[in-house]
Amino acid sequence: MSACADKVLLLHGLLDGELDAAHSLACEAHLRECAECASELERMRTLRERVRSATRLQAPEHLRRRITTALSEARSKSEAPPRKAGRERIWRFAPWAFGGSMAAVAAAFAFALLVRLPERNLAGELVASHVRSLLATHLTDVATSDRHVVKPWFAGKLDFSPPVIDLAEQGFPLRGGRLDYVRGRVVAALIYRHHQHTINLFVWPAGADDTGGTGAAHRDGYNLLHWRQGSLQLWAVSDVEAGELQQLRAALESGAGG
Amino acid sequence: MGQHFEDIFLPLLDAAYSLARLIARDAAAADDIVQESYLRAFRSFDSYRGGDARSWLLAIVRNCSYDWSKSRRRGAEDPQADPEELADAGQHGPEDSAVRSSEIEQVRRLIRRLPEPFQQTLILRELEELSYREIAQVMGAPVGTVMSRLARARQMLAEGLGVVQ
Repeated sequence: MSACADKVLLLHGLLDGELDAAHSLACEAHLRECAECASELERMRTLRERVRSATRLQAPEHLRRRITTALSEARSKSEAPPRKAGRERIWRFAPWAFGGSMAAVAAAFAFALLVRLPERNLAGELVASHVRSLLATHLTDVATSDRHVVKPWFAGKLDFSPPVIDLAEQGFPLRGGRLDYVRGRVVAALIYRHHQHTINLFVWPAGADDTGGTGAAHRDGYNLLHWRQGSLQLWAVSDVEAGELQQLRAALESGAGG
Repeated sequence: MGQHFEDIFLPLLDAAYSLARLIARDAAAADDIVQESYLRAFRSFDSYRGGDARSWLLAIVRNCSYDWSKSRRRGAEDPQADPEELADAGQHGPEDSAVRSSEIEQVRRLIRRLPEPFQQTLILRELEELSYREIAQVMGAPVGTVMSRLARARQMLAEGLGVVQ
């Protein structure tokens, strides 16, 4: 597979009709120039057809009859059931429909807008991503403190190489890594623990959208710290104190230097 | 609410059956699951607010199917191809049924062998036809996670089918 690593998710988004107009145009422009990505898209389109034709069945006729009968029996038994107020019924249905806590649903919903609203405030996006990672039992894709595992795990998935350093001795044990999606691109998220708190460290190449230099921010009760390291930009997000994020940064920088 | 339950939901029977059949495998079990799902949907019809009937019904079928699989199939190994299943799928297809059957069998087996989150994401997308946002809601996971799982699931299927670039 030689499709561009940073375009893979966009290709699937295009295939699934999930990209907004700007991303679709950008993706299509890329496809005109990149034969590998174009053939990857074609390959995935064919695959999808195979999946669909293998999974779409016709219900047997006896089942249709059985259900029609069962429904008419159920209807005659319940003959004009008293219409209660909605609440009890809603809750009876809700667990099937969502299968997760409402908070997770709300958080997922908030994030879902991201695909279509790329210009959302970056700090807000990162805080949302941090919160989701805590809610969604999806903190890590690769859960290990062993940087020799985490680093190669990222290697095939990113077009850059995030610094992966365990800082347990400095009070920030590495817990693992994850791919995330920020600003319309795939980014690395490294997960550190600090006492009982989780820190998400988002890393991606500094580009045109880089705000430059170092900055701290506070948003919705979370602290963010932003800095550059070589050609990469790093954003640490957590509910730890701002000073503790500075400690993490210092530890990372000395770890990277040494 | 004026519309009759059957008018809305019986046209979705093929989709419901396909979903139950993929998850539960067993034909008789799929029949039971689909019937139970329709009865549950019927009893909850009051809470159906005229939204997307397909995703509402299929969410019920999906939950019934996974419940069934968990309770009865724990530890069971992948069975041999189910001839009835292949016959069902073959109804759509052309004459070269032997080739087609083995293709169908292979794809279905690969989907069932996907690790659970990948399998679920793929099913939500390709059988239930949910949007990324809806899948994220169902799975309680970020859209970014949905996207990467879906891409990975397809990649694993492509590898299994030997259609690697």
